[in-house]
Amino acid sequence: MAVTMTLIGGRSSKQGTSLCAGKLGEEYLQISSTVEMNVEDMARLGLTNDSMVRLRTDVGEAVLRCKGRQTKDLPPGLLFMAYGPLSSQLMAGDTAATGMPISKNLDVEVEPVDGSAPSGE
Amino acid sequence: MSDNIRIVPDATCTFCGCVCDDMVLTVDLEHRRITKSENACVLGKAWFKEHGIEERPFALVGGREASTAEGVEAAAQILANAQFPVIYGLSDTTCEAQRVAVAIADMIGGNLDTTTSVCHGPTGIAFQAGGESTASLGEIKNRADLVVFWGGNPAEAHPRLFTRYAVTAKGMYIPNGKKDRTIVLVDVRRTPSTPVADIFIQVKPRSDFEVLWALRALVKGRKVDPSIEQRTGVSLAVLEDLAGRMKSCRYGALLFGMGLTMNRGRHFNAGALLALATDLNEFTHFVAKPVRGHGNVTGADNVVSWSTGFPFGVNFSRGYPRFNPGEFTTVDLLSRAEADAALIIASDPASNFPQAAIEHLKRIPVISLDPKLTHTGQISRVAFTTATYGINAPGTVYRMDDVPITLRPAFDSPYPSDEQVLAAIRDRVRELLGGNRPAISTRQPAAAAS
Repeated sequence: MAVTMTLIGGRSSKQGTSLCAGKLGEEYLQISSTVEMNVEDMARLGLTNDSMVRLRTDVGEAVLRCKGRQTKDLPPGLLFMAYGPLSSQLMAGDTAATGMPISKNLDVEVEPVDGSAPSGE
Repeated sequence: MSDNIRIVPDATCTFCGCVCDDMVLTVDLEHRRITKSENACVLGKAWFKEHGIEERPFALVGGREASTAEGVEAAAQILANAQFPVIYGLSDTTCEAQRVAVAIADMIGGNLDTTTSVCHGPTGIAFQAGGESTASLGEIKNRADLVVFWGGNPAEAHPRLFTRYAVTAKGMYIPNGKKDRTIVLVDVRRTPSTPVADIFIQVKPRSDFEVLWALRALVKGRKVDPSIEQRTGVSLAVLEDLAGRMKSCRYGALLFGMGLTMNRGRHFNAGALLALATDLNEFTHFVAKPVRGHGNVTGADNVVSWSTGFPFGVNFSRGYPRFNPGEFTTVDLLSRAEADAALIIASDPASNFPQAAIEHLKRIPVISLDPKLTHTGQISRVAFTTATYGINAPGTVYRMDDVPITLRPAFDSPYPSDEQVLAAIRDRVRELLGGNRPAISTRQPAAAAS
């Protein structure tokens, strides 16, 4: 069962420190392939920490590892992930004549998937 | 103290746009790495710790290890033979290197763009429409008794913005630091920045413009319908309170992030915030500043502006600079498969760009300059290893408030600086072309030329 949620891409401390070590390093790839989700939404979808979910937009999809956040920190229906190769999979190339692709507040379809490794296409 | 240990006082961190210039670095000269970075934040500590000298080839040409000179020759051939080359990046290198990149773009009749176009580019567009009520961070530190952070998370992206300038910092007219300031934070979610705020306003996603426009109305004494709460998640009472605080403060500052520019509305969001700051100057002193990400992205805006008249998205194919976001910005050029070569300096679009743009980058010859191997380096026809600016390479960078700061490098690198590589490419391209490439209107069609 897929549900529609709103995805925010952004920076985080760990993303910042791990990219200094190298964007091809394991830590950076792990941090940029994790999506934070409201714990109530996770329970509704039958997810626990480290479950895998597929996020899909009109232009691409990515499979990410799930991490729970309390409602006071992340409202239901909202997702957060650190920028990286997998967030790029979900962004459209159209910039509406500004040069800027939309990377915050993307509508994404979310569905639980089997498997243990993040991926994108 | 050992001969192999060097202390570098007043060094500059170039990780983010704060460009903190009070670092005290301890350098292990034997192993060519920084072992201690006093005064640095968590991001700065990682920046200094992880930028020692790695054993990497000076250049990779077609995946084969090569010298810098061989890389320069290969890069110059690519640029001299391209019909629509794009030069992109530039936010993590010195102003001196940026200036050479502008010269190359001019010479080859190419396209010049910086990471600003996917950062605060919409703010740059908004500046042109409505102007900017600006200030240095020093003014904000010394005077601001109301600071509103909008659409950003400085605690994680610019940690020392709070302590050096805008929250706890004590200033000339703010002698007690945070006790003398009211801090407001507006965002769609709670972040590690939220606890510093006296007032946290949580807006619904995609409703920043409506909240800003409602504030403009309230500041001007207009009536706003209470239904604003259904649309934005913010009650009219909260908005009225904020508008009142903004009008009655002695010196207010709006510091805004990419929650406005990377969101639906883009330059309209940034423009609404800048207009609100302008409106408020009828009642008090109010300024607005974009909070900038990369260490010298502000320098890129300045260098490209003073060189071409425009801040980013500049095209030279007609022999003079033209500016048109959406046409001459790199995401668009690549997503539409228009560019036929790319020179990427200190940036990693193969990691950060939309997939359509990355796919085109993989199809064309790419030249990249970076101290580390990146996704862009992996797909490059020519990949240079360069010295890290600020740690190994000297030069000038601009803080996010347009204040230029001179770098004090900690130790030498065996690798050349971006400026040195770009200057060598510029000289070789000039030899190959015999000067500037003719404007596109006077070039012969390819078929006729052959």
